Amino acid sequence: MKTENLVEALIADRATGRKSIPRAIAGALGLGSLVSLGLFLVALGVRDDIVQALATWRFDLKIGVVLLALVLALSLCMALSRPVAAGRSGRRLLPLAALAILAVAIELSVLPSASWGTRLVGSNSLICLTAIPSLAIAPLTAVLVTLRSAAPASPVLAGAAAGLLAAAAGAALYAFHCFDDSPLFVVTWYVLAAIPVVILGAIAGHRLLRW
Amino acid sequence: MADPKDLSALMRVARQGDDEAYRRLLDCVSVWLRSIARRGLTAAGRGVEDSEDIVQETLLAMHLKRDTWDEAQPLEPWLRAIARHKLTDYLRRRGFRDHVNIDDYADSLEAKNNADPAISVDSQRLLAGLPGRQRLIVEEISLEGRRAADVAARLGMSEGAVRIALHRALKALAASYRRDRT
Repeated sequence: MKTENLVEALIADRATGRKSIPRAIAGALGLGSLVSLGLFLVALGVRDDIVQALATWRFDLKIGVVLLALVLALSLCMALSRPVAAGRSGRRLLPLAALAILAVAIELSVLPSASWGTRLVGSNSLICLTAIPSLAIAPLTAVLVTLRSAAPASPVLAGAAAGLLAAAAGAALYAFHCFDDSPLFVVTWYVLAAIPVVILGAIAGHRLLRW
Repeated sequence: MADPKDLSALMRVARQGDDEAYRRLLDCVSVWLRSIARRGLTAAGRGVEDSEDIVQETLLAMHLKRDTWDEAQPLEPWLRAIARHKLTDYLRRRGFRDHVNIDDYADSLEAKNNADPAISVDSQRLLAGLPGRQRLIVEEISLEGRRAADVAARLGMSEGAVRIALHRALKALAASYRRDRT
């Protein structure tokens, strides 16, 4: 087939979504999170002492960290969905790292060192490690499906960013269930719970997002 | 010839349904792609006879992914990113693993019209692998130059159904390029 013939076929094909990919990613995240919210309410539920918890700085800081993770992961995922390679896109996560380090530093300075261990281990670590990936499945699926209509410069990185975004959405829900509010617990176990989701996203990205 | 500002404008108008603008854009881009494909193949130590395969695969990718261009940005970096992606992909599928930097020789979209638009062997072969009706519709429109409405009348389909089948065929063609390793 000559190129001029192919051009004729391309011109005749007017099918176009005309949709903004970033907006579609945000929409997919919302939809997937809604499914996970249903799962969360059925399987876990909001902690009983939510009203008192809201008045503690540790809980508020925990919510602040997961929401910051959600916002930054969303912007990272949008940036990595484009064909034009985003240079140093990992830098977008620096504010999250800074807030996490600050939170840990505050916790270490106010707690006697004898109780660091108990705070770190907490009482929900196994639930945390299973709940966050479980709550991440629906948002990950929805975001990956949307990314298939994008053209990421690196499908693996875009998939990993989708995994991070989904893990952040799962963590944002789970944070309302978990009693362990210490930054020591959050930084350790939430990160460990996010890692398999990021890896799964990267593998899925390699397979599904090539174009 | 190819002022980048013009290309962005052409794409904007084309998106609003101006077929003539889209044809001019695709023609400009084909010429430019041909020159980078040839230089890319030469840089990778391969013959230039496959260049038209790369041109067509990249045109197809640009077409199917045209919604990913943000109208607020110039078109040129977007085009170059897609060309780089497809050229690298093409060479990798054929066992060439070194990094290909098209910036070395694609710094400008201006390219000489180095004529003889050759026939792509790949597209002919991959087209033959499409389901019968899809292949027929692509052939009627591309090779015979018929309009979608005429093809619809000949095949006893609605024009909408022809356009949907055409779009699916182009997506299937792009997917078979990705799987193709010969």
